[in-house]
Amino acid sequence: MSDMKPHSSPLSALLLLLLLALCRIGTAQAGDPVAEGLAQIKAAPMDQLEASIQQFATIQDARVPKLLQALLDGRLLYQKADGRIVTGDSADDGYAIADALSGEKLGTAGRFDVKKINLNNALRATLRQLIGRLELNSTDAHVRLKAVEAMSLAPDPETLALLLARLGQEQDPKVLSAIRLALALADLNSPDKAHRLKAIATLRTEVGADVVNHLNALLEKNEAGEYLEPDSDVRHTAEAALTEIKARLQLYSGVETVFFGLSLGAVLVLAAIGLAITFGVMGIINMAHGELMMLGAYTTYVVQQLMPNHLELSLFVAIPAAFLISALVGIAIERGIIRFLYGRPLETLLATFGVSLFLQQAVRSIFSPLNRSVSTPAWMSGSVQINDALSLTLNRFYILLFCLLVFALLLQILKRTRLGLEVRAVAQNRAMAKAMGIPTERVDAMTFGLGSGIAGVAGVALSQLTNVGPNLGQSYIVDSFMVVVFGGVGNLWGTLVAGFSLGVANKFLEPYAGAVLAKILVLVFIIIFIQKRPRGLFPQKGRAAEA
Amino acid sequence: MTFPLLQNDKSGQIVLAAVALITVFVPLFNLLLPESSPLHFSTYTVSLLGKYLTYALLALAMDLVWGYCGILSLGHGAFFALGGYAMGMYLMRQIGDRGVYGNPVLPDFMVFLNWPELPWYWQGFDQFWFALLMIVLAPGILAFVFGWLAFRSRVTGVYLSIITQALTYALLLAFFRNEMGFGGNNGLTDFKDILGFNLQSSGTRAALFAATGSSVILAYLACRYVVDSKLGRVVTAIRDQEARVRFLGYKVEMFKLWIFVFSAVLAGIAGALYVPQVGIINPSEFSPLASLEIVVWVAVGGRSTLYGAIVGAILVNYGKTVFTAILPEVWLFALGAIFVLVTLFLPDGLVGLWQRRKEEAA
Repeated sequence: MSDMKPHSSPLSALLLLLLLALCRIGTAQAGDPVAEGLAQIKAAPMDQLEASIQQFATIQDARVPKLLQALLDGRLLYQKADGRIVTGDSADDGYAIADALSGEKLGTAGRFDVKKINLNNALRATLRQLIGRLELNSTDAHVRLKAVEAMSLAPDPETLALLLARLGQEQDPKVLSAIRLALALADLNSPDKAHRLKAIATLRTEVGADVVNHLNALLEKNEAGEYLEPDSDVRHTAEAALTEIKARLQLYSGVETVFFGLSLGAVLVLAAIGLAITFGVMGIINMAHGELMMLGAYTTYVVQQLMPNHLELSLFVAIPAAFLISALVGIAIERGIIRFLYGRPLETLLATFGVSLFLQQAVRSIFSPLNRSVSTPAWMSGSVQINDALSLTLNRFYILLFCLLVFALLLQILKRTRLGLEVRAVAQNRAMAKAMGIPTERVDAMTFGLGSGIAGVAGVALSQLTNVGPNLGQSYIVDSFMVVVFGGVGNLWGTLVAGFSLGVANKFLEPYAGAVLAKILVLVFIIIFIQKRPRGLFPQKGRAAEA
Repeated sequence: MTFPLLQNDKSGQIVLAAVALITVFVPLFNLLLPESSPLHFSTYTVSLLGKYLTYALLALAMDLVWGYCGILSLGHGAFFALGGYAMGMYLMRQIGDRGVYGNPVLPDFMVFLNWPELPWYWQGFDQFWFALLMIVLAPGILAFVFGWLAFRSRVTGVYLSIITQALTYALLLAFFRNEMGFGGNNGLTDFKDILGFNLQSSGTRAALFAATGSSVILAYLACRYVVDSKLGRVVTAIRDQEARVRFLGYKVEMFKLWIFVFSAVLAGIAGALYVPQVGIINPSEFSPLASLEIVVWVAVGGRSTLYGAIVGAILVNYGKTVFTAILPEVWLFALGAIFVLVTLFLPDGLVGLWQRRKEEAA
């Protein structure tokens, strides 16, 4: 009903009203089969209770499995006064009760105001069967999956028979594989050797921890030193399957490390790519680059403060806003300071470092020195479970995607727009470009603005990963320079490759060396690498390289 | 003042004379004059001035490589800190069993971390001569290895600056680790004695101050000697036209390496003098910001003048003390503004401004 369109015809609206009214009457009617069934269960003497329950379970109604579960849990009661059937949860001195049919809350009842519908053990077993069967036949695939998982925990012949029966009708692939897994796990205990071998053959494609445990159990010895599994063929197959599974688990953990590395690399690339333009293309050492990222992160924070009811959308507002603010600040820095220092890179380093201190303190004065937390929209949090052994966090995935998007966009700007053409011309030969009528001063400002704006956009991404604080820029500036220098100055592709490879290398070193040592090792590696290739991975060639 | 060395260095003579005056009189006034006297220097002031002088020494080292050889090292803080840690380790061992845990061998932080015994690289630091050796060797060897790698493969200019920054950043991360055995985040502190003299006593403070002042004077003379020598002239030529010097047949990398190592050793000595006067050494000395501040001192004073470095270091740090006491939140604004204004308007620093005045007057 929620997708009812505002401009649907009056006729359909009328029909809807009619339907609603009918529904209301339906629940209130004495002819409700669920109500009748419950009344029967309540009234039945012990010897006919099973028949009543069996019959109740055949009613096609979503409330039935829940009520059966309540019955099984001993939560199905009736009030002594009027015989109304309720569900009750233990509360102090009695029960918090609700109408069994409508779920309407009825307050609390004293311990002696209500009576439990009693069961015996045989009935409980029957109930479990019935609930399992009902849930197994639920129309909701998620409920079915849960049912299969619950049943595979304590497999008895009846549940297995149920699962086997369901196997023939099941359509959903996830539920199907869960049923197969449950059956195979149960088959490992089968007395028939062929069954066991077949089960192992099914299990060898799995990765779950329970599968590994079950297979390991086959290889264990008892106290007398005899194998629990008598057949050596089965043992060998199990061993082979385990090796296979372990290899696959290792592969998945490798994939996961690569993914983490790539996402770390994406952060590095985002942080460095603006620098690749200002440093790589223009030859300016912008030590305030980190602070421009910080401005982007704070912009995200401010945007979220301004639109507290639209957190989901705030990022989409923050990205252009951060670009604009950082770009404007960047242009101001270029016009105010850097243009007097072209051709003196060491001086630009010092002056922009002064700017970075200034910006840090400004942010500290405006927003306080404490970290600000930026909330992550719901669509960015959580993770994707690929299988039992591999799950990827969504925010890192989006940042990876975002990084590639920004990179592609930047590449297109430099390749296909007039600004890009002019930027490349000025970078290659300033004097010649000027002679050709390119307004070099304007191009300088625009280029610096572009690089700074991208730093701001990187700041938006960073705000989703770390705390936003005045020191945010400082912690990324050394890394960013490393990435640019490692990749080769003046080469955007170099920056991309360098960022990703440093990220991945870092994540692969971490398990052996720890996070800090991994970072130190990477830094030392770059220092040594620069000795071997002073111009980075992809050095510029030709005349431009000498400039 | 008839040093032949300083014959053509009038400004240097003035600055050195000033340093010599305070080196002699500040400790004397501190020890001999009663506290009521207007000329009395409190022990706090002595320590503060001593700290400035160690910074002046560090700035001298920086000016030598940046001003005369064009190597903008953003890692000189690392050499300073290494010298400081070497001294700190000696002072730590001097505490003996007077630490909080009373362990005669292990420093407090090692006891706290349940270290069974002193790590091998702490051996020998109970000897003052060994500590002195390490103060020179630790920064010297690091500078030698790093410089040898960098200069041989002709890493120059901005690239060199950035990898020196990476060097100090890597050391920062390393020294923050508790497993390193240098006190982690807290560094080394709580010192008691140096050579058996109580560090808190005015006499020891005065002696340390005099030692620092003398070191600055000696280092200045040594630097002046170096830059005036043939070696210094080659180094200056490398700064101005590296390729030509190479074509003339000089081994450019050897000259650079020599000056870089010498400068690093000076920085290490400055660190060693700094630690007993300030009473602590911690990883923040390795931060890129600390190394960049050294560059500001030199830039503000005036690069490639030597005496300008001393003036800059003392003035900027005096400004820092004043600002952080009165208006702490203004200090970074001020430092940032100094960076920008000096690079834009005072390429030769304050000393350059003064000299221009003099020339205009003449």
